[in-house]
Amino acid sequence: MSHSAPRYASNDGVIDAAREALGVDLLDAVEANGEIALTVKREELLGCMMQLRDTLDYQQLMEIAGVDWPDHDPRFEVVYCLLSVTKNHRIRVHVWTNEDQPVPSVTGIWPVAGWLEREVFDMYGVLFEGNTDLRRILTDYGFTGHPQRKDFPLTGYVELRYSEEHKRVMYEPVQLAQDFRNFDFMSPWEGADYILPGDEKGDAK
Amino acid sequence: MSLVQDVAPTTGDETIHNYTINFGPQHPAAHGVLRLVMELDGEIVERLDPHVGLLHRGTEKLIEYKTYLQALPYFDRLDYCSPLCMEHSYVLAVEKLLDLEVPLRAQYLRVLFAELTRICNHMLNLGSHVMDVGAMTPNLWMFEIREDCLNFFERASGARMHAAWFRPGGVHQDVPLKLLTDIADWLDTRLPQLFEDAISLVADNRIFKQRNVDIATVSKEDALKWGFSGPMIRAAGIPWDIRRSQPYDVYDRMEFDVPVGTKGDCYDRFMVRVEEVRQSARIMKQCLKDMPEGPIASDDRKVSPPKRAEMKQSMEALIHHFKLYTEGFKVPEGSVYVATESPKGEFGVYLVSDGTNKPYRCKIRPTAFSHLQAMDMMSRGHMLADTTAILGAMDIVFGECDR
Repeated sequence: MSHSAPRYASNDGVIDAAREALGVDLLDAVEANGEIALTVKREELLGCMMQLRDTLDYQQLMEIAGVDWPDHDPRFEVVYCLLSVTKNHRIRVHVWTNEDQPVPSVTGIWPVAGWLEREVFDMYGVLFEGNTDLRRILTDYGFTGHPQRKDFPLTGYVELRYSEEHKRVMYEPVQLAQDFRNFDFMSPWEGADYILPGDEKGDAK
Repeated sequence: MSLVQDVAPTTGDETIHNYTINFGPQHPAAHGVLRLVMELDGEIVERLDPHVGLLHRGTEKLIEYKTYLQALPYFDRLDYCSPLCMEHSYVLAVEKLLDLEVPLRAQYLRVLFAELTRICNHMLNLGSHVMDVGAMTPNLWMFEIREDCLNFFERASGARMHAAWFRPGGVHQDVPLKLLTDIADWLDTRLPQLFEDAISLVADNRIFKQRNVDIATVSKEDALKWGFSGPMIRAAGIPWDIRRSQPYDVYDRMEFDVPVGTKGDCYDRFMVRVEEVRQSARIMKQCLKDMPEGPIASDDRKVSPPKRAEMKQSMEALIHHFKLYTEGFKVPEGSVYVATESPKGEFGVYLVSDGTNKPYRCKIRPTAFSHLQAMDMMSRGHMLADTTAILGAMDIVFGECDR
């Protein structure tokens, strides 16, 4: 143990306890970087969360994070960060889903999930079944698309300006004077598996 | 045809309809760009729908396109009232993924400045809370303290607000001894004088209490359910402080008390913050007393850059410097959720690395999200004028809320 990040109660026996409480709904349990991550069945999320809250005393839902893995099927990972203030322990619950497969909403267990789910929906387009207020939250009124997806460009599609002529703000397609400079730091000595520009001929042989 | 009134109007003749008003997005008591759509029955709040995101800058998306070091300054711009505490979560998350050891002096410096940031943040919040409910003077006095804090930040990092001073592996530069002695003098003289003077004007003030006591009480159960943290959960009576229960850096060596409230109302939240300022000063004094000499950044040259003098002599140091500031460092694959006690509550970073020099995903857990979400629950049945007190006691900054 050499880093100085927050140190909480030991992970010993937590996976076993989770396995016992969740049974077959627990697909995978990993301990890495000093943190425990449980992957559970999407359909059984509610039951698992109830178990984790009531049996294992994870009273607080601190965060719901979405992650987009375009090459993975299903594509989206939804991560619930739970905190137990009595056992002084943190745990993460991971669920995998697609664009068209809704995740059961945990708003009934933790009302704080309302906005957190709205944010994941806004950013990734993941649907939450049972969230009665699944509106966009961070993006503009009338925004289209889900900006945190990996295939959404960093610059977006539209830009906004105030038009003196029309006396209102107007949306226009993005026009940048300079391209976004995204350097490729992947070293060919470290197993880059793509064709370097200019190297196509070598491959054609 | 003339308008004839049948009878003289009496009270109760007219039915009053609920009406909806917009609070913000531009409103001095909204502490930024918050739009509240309020449904009122007379002056009583029936329903309240906060609209956030007006300051959304896509920080998380931008971070995915930056190296780990380039991503750091974005954190200053999240909660611009407590920039160093924002950096703290991020550098600890990166260090946790790298499993990187930080020299002791750097840990002390980080705790010292994180606590200075807490004082700085609470000065703004306490002052503006007081001003939101009608008092002017304490705010001006507390801004004096805030100004001192910003001067200290400037002397340490060169920037008054957006310091970018905490770095993975330590801090950017060592501080001069004069700065530390000046902070020590300030903790003994100016801070207690100004702060206690300002608080004595409001803490027992009848008008201030009328505006805050019993406003928006939150029970322990509600505080847990709604994901409260920081002063908000402590005011509800739960002694939960990440600095105490999950110590990071050298907080485990510090002696400090965790103040808790008894009723969970706006006054409790205010007073919890007031006491936190005194405790922060106490922690800072301990830091100054115990701070050892030594390096201020990790000597792992694959993560933290060499000293400039070294670069003039050593080719290897020069290469390291060049590589670190162009390519950056690579972080092993994995994911961590690291949360620290920012002045406003639990500020977390969920960092996913795919083994390259850029974060694959950096999810930021703002404190404001859960607190602001509970605003509807907290404001129901209160008067319109109380919403500013509730909002003030929540300590919301939109840079962090909207990201």
